[in-house]
Amino acid sequence: MTTDTLLTVDDLVVEYPGKAMFAKPFRVLHGVSIEIGAGQTLGLVGESGSGKTTLGRAVLGLAPVTQGTITFDGQDISHASRKDRRALSRHLQVVFQDPYTSLNPSLTVGDILAEPLGIQGITGTEARARVKELLDRVHLPQDAMSRVPREFSGGQRQRVAIARALALRPKLIVCDEPVSALDLSTQARVLDLLLEIQQTTGVSYLFVSHDLDVVRHVSHRVAVMYQGEIVEQGEARHVTEKPDHPYTQRLLLASPVPDPDRQAAKREARRAHAAAQAA
Amino acid sequence: MLTMILRRLASGVAVLIVVAVLTFVLLNLSAGNVARNILGDQATPDAVAAKNAELGLDQPVLTRLGDWLSGAVHLDFGKSFFTNEPVFTAIGSRLPVTLAMVIASILLIAVFATLLGMLAAVRRGWVDSAVQVLAIVGNSIPGFVIGVLLVWLLAITWQVFNAVSNISPGSGVQTWVGSLTLPVIALVINGLASAAQQIRSAFIRQLDQDYVRTLRSRGISEREILFKHVLRSAAPAGLTVLSLQFIGLLGGVVIIESIFAIPGMGRLAVDATTKGDLPIVMGVVIYTVVVVIVVNLIVDIINGWLNPKVRVS
Amino acid sequence: MTDSTSSPRVDGGTAPAAAAPSGQSGHVLRSSPLRRLLKSPTGLIALVILAGVVLMALLAPLLTSQDPNHADLTAVLLPPGGDHLLGTDSAGRDIWARLVFGSRLTLAAAAVAAVVAIAIGLPSGLVAGYYGGIFDGVANWSTNVLMSLPAIIVLLAVRAAVGPSVWISMVIFGVLLSPGYYRLTRTAVQSVRNELYVDAARVSGLSDGRIISRHVLSVVRAPIIIQTAIVAGLSITVASSLDFLGLGDPTVPTWGVMVSDGFKNIYRQPISLLWSSLAITLVIGGFVLLGNALRDSLEDLEKTKEKRAKPAGGRRARPVAVEVGTEHHLLKVTDLQVAYPQPRGGRKVVVDGVSFHVDRDEVVGIVGESGSGKSQTAFSILGLLPDNAILTRGAIQFDGAYTVAPGEDHVTQSRLAPLRGKRIGYIPQEPMSNLDPAFTIGAQLSRPMVTVMGLSKKAAKQRALQLLASVGIPDPNRTYHAYPHEVSGGMAQRVLIAGAISCEPDLIIADEPTTALDVTVQAEVLDVMRELQQRLKIGIIIVTHNFGVVADMCDRVLVMQDGSLVETGAVRQILHAPQHPYTRMLLSSMLEGKTPMTHLLADSTAGSDR
Repeated sequence: MTTDTLLTVDDLVVEYPGKAMFAKPFRVLHGVSIEIGAGQTLGLVGESGSGKTTLGRAVLGLAPVTQGTITFDGQDISHASRKDRRALSRHLQVVFQDPYTSLNPSLTVGDILAEPLGIQGITGTEARARVKELLDRVHLPQDAMSRVPREFSGGQRQRVAIARALALRPKLIVCDEPVSALDLSTQARVLDLLLEIQQTTGVSYLFVSHDLDVVRHVSHRVAVMYQGEIVEQGEARHVTEKPDHPYTQRLLLASPVPDPDRQAAKREARRAHAAAQAA
Repeated sequence: MLTMILRRLASGVAVLIVVAVLTFVLLNLSAGNVARNILGDQATPDAVAAKNAELGLDQPVLTRLGDWLSGAVHLDFGKSFFTNEPVFTAIGSRLPVTLAMVIASILLIAVFATLLGMLAAVRRGWVDSAVQVLAIVGNSIPGFVIGVLLVWLLAITWQVFNAVSNISPGSGVQTWVGSLTLPVIALVINGLASAAQQIRSAFIRQLDQDYVRTLRSRGISEREILFKHVLRSAAPAGLTVLSLQFIGLLGGVVIIESIFAIPGMGRLAVDATTKGDLPIVMGVVIYTVVVVIVVNLIVDIINGWLNPKVRVS
Repeated sequence: MTDSTSSPRVDGGTAPAAAAPSGQSGHVLRSSPLRRLLKSPTGLIALVILAGVVLMALLAPLLTSQDPNHADLTAVLLPPGGDHLLGTDSAGRDIWARLVFGSRLTLAAAAVAAVVAIAIGLPSGLVAGYYGGIFDGVANWSTNVLMSLPAIIVLLAVRAAVGPSVWISMVIFGVLLSPGYYRLTRTAVQSVRNELYVDAARVSGLSDGRIISRHVLSVVRAPIIIQTAIVAGLSITVASSLDFLGLGDPTVPTWGVMVSDGFKNIYRQPISLLWSSLAITLVIGGFVLLGNALRDSLEDLEKTKEKRAKPAGGRRARPVAVEVGTEHHLLKVTDLQVAYPQPRGGRKVVVDGVSFHVDRDEVVGIVGESGSGKSQTAFSILGLLPDNAILTRGAIQFDGAYTVAPGEDHVTQSRLAPLRGKRIGYIPQEPMSNLDPAFTIGAQLSRPMVTVMGLSKKAAKQRALQLLASVGIPDPNRTYHAYPHEVSGGMAQRVLIAGAISCEPDLIIADEPTTALDVTVQAEVLDVMRELQQRLKIGIIIVTHNFGVVADMCDRVLVMQDGSLVETGAVRQILHAPQHPYTRMLLSSMLEGKTPMTHLLADSTAGSDR
């Protein structure tokens, strides 16, 4: 990697306590290591239950770190306290999957965007100006400030969530399935916005998604997760077009293409691959 | 399933012990006045002290608690301060009347609330509006007002029933039915509409489930969907509603017995409370908790049996 | 704790009732809950009653010159009129005066119980809900104990211990009512704690105290107000019940004591019962109505103005001859329009003038984004639209006969019910929620074959096992005896496909059949569907938003936007040479084959996304 490393996750293990009293803890991540460079995007792809969301949440301090280290900007944040998090939140932010539950329905968009500013002591006219700037940045009208989330569509809400993440000019945004609840055309617009923001601000993304096409489109590097482990990572082009690991190959072959003839060919390739794996 | 039942049973016993200890301590806070209450204002201090010693009230609370608990294990809950009748016998002779009323009422409520709730959920329209309005009315009128109203209307104005029960220990079935019909009507009216309304909500929640639409798409008849699938899925919520109704009835029956002069647990409890007959009050609390624990256990077992996730494991 | 990928799209299919109104368009009318409360008749009545009682309590000395406790044994049980507006009771006390002063105690009792209950229930609910752990366990257990005690019995015991005091009774009753608040708060807090916006606040470093005050309290505020109205009513019921039983403080005039006194003299002066009973019922009714009205105004549950279509089960459907020359189509939909009545009057059209046909052995895809009406179109063919849907226009014919004839405004169930399952099958979107959790997979799979096809139970089981094998389930016997919660989502979806084909239908309607599945499972499920289609030569309608699925499965494609059909054609024609701008825009939003890190849409800065 040529750029400076911003985030390093080294041999991370995440366990949740078992449901019953003396049950064995449930291990979600089995020693995962990733790296993200400044201004870069790491795409994290996998199916449901693969642990990709948990990895994002561990970076954000929302999942318990059992073993391993998370280093952000040279600082070990594996077990950062709430106070450390407050300082860290300047540089580390999040966009969640579901824009319907990631915004408090009873607050106005203005209040939602001002929340992270207030924690850092930015209030009053300064905060107001910054909120206006943010709305502009995500191409929402200025009058959005005094309206509540339910007055907006899914795509517009996701813009608000992105604006909230941008409020403190962070260095890294964890995007947890940011477009998977959106319609096709809305997804395209939100992806365009995320790319545009990266180009103008130099922010890094940890981009979690189940959709290989989406990950290929936005990522510099891609890591593939399967059952709590990373089975393959590398340059985006390579991993998403000529993957080495059989699981990634299966994932790639399973994703249908919008052309009946190419899809028929892909289907055959998938069957051949499955037969080869079974043999 | 078996572990679930054992766990609930253990929890029930724990509840019983906690409630017993708390009630005993609470009641004995005021034990100082008991002897004077019994003997009257003219009694000499010596007589009061003697009475206190006789009742064991001169012992520390913890000693008395220990005595009471060791007796309770053998179903000996002490004797009435006033009549010397053992608490167990006193309650035993009153229990049948009260339980008869409460059980008859809960069964009637269960049947009619389920029918009304189902009808309201499926048909909507006027049945639905009627259930809603009745629930508001039912929730607004306290039980004793309903009782008093029924006495005035059915016993005094129209003279369909006796206003006062004439149940005695040796009464036949006819006397029981005749005496308890009006009280049971009062209890049912008090709880029916709100139970129906809650069961209606439970049904509507189930009717809105995706699988109901899929069953329809498979050509299964509406009747089968309703009585086999929806009824069963709504049952746990309905049973919870009914078990809360049951607890309400145990309280409501106290008032109703007092209105209709029925010699049941409620009258016993009210009389004992006014006089300060602490062992009887204690006994009534214990009996109530036991009944509630048993009912809740039955509900838990039925719910567990209905839920494959519990039954299979 | 696990990933939540590929959540189902927000679409008409999953929540038909909600699909019609909210969520889609920009502006929603906002009006304050209080204003809505005043607008609703019940809310207004409740507020008038309660305001009246409060005024009565405040102005009691001005409303009567009589002393409520002044006994006059020369004037007992007087009828209304004269010096005594409402007559006198058995001790010769003025009923009106006692009624007026009684309101003070009644309201105070309700207030004490409510304050105590909130003071205990709210904080403990917040702590238990937010932090969980041991406190939660202990609090839950205590709550269960409190809720299993009949209030009257507890209050009797307290009365026996400490003597007659309405205040102590109400404090204890408040404790007994605190579980209501506790549970309410705990549930609300638990659901909020897992909301993503609370996670976002944590990431921002907001302290727990700030998170609770900012994000959690606002959620529980409304339910607490409603609960308080209910609690106030209950407290008055219980306080007056104790007074009625003669367990209250005899020196204070209360409504309960008045009812008791009236009841004792029911033969001599029944009218004296009326006033106190009426007062109690009115005040409790006021609180009950207030609670109901508050709930309605907060949920914005205004009744839809338009009456719902009558169920047509009993009515005989007159056969109407279909258009000549169209009999050979398996399915033909003509100029279909579906609408929903709106809460504020009027109708919202969700499907508008849609016409198409499906032939035997043909796979037709209906493509569109959320709110396009594609699922609504599919459900009108099945006759499984929500009850309040209206077919405002159009006709549907199946195999040469009308299921919905021109001029009918609803689906005639007596015509469609025999077709469902037998001739038309359905594959839903969400595998888990579409199986009844209380029955085994085998029972749910074989039952339609018994009722629809008339197979014996044994034959139905045989066939069910064959079907399970044919949709690629490795151990049919195990799955047959399993409950839905014991199989994976992909397996459950195969079970639903097996169910759809179980009675050998001619047409299958699949509503986003693979949207909830992982992409590798999607590929396998599509393989199963394709293989079955080719073997059984059935017609399939696939509702989807995914052009990849369309390319994989469909012969023809319909593109829908905002309830209308914008383009239809053979699959290659639509995917290679789309004519309509909307179709082109959709296809250009596809990521496959695009150069990474480039803009997808020309106008993406417009912020006009739906």
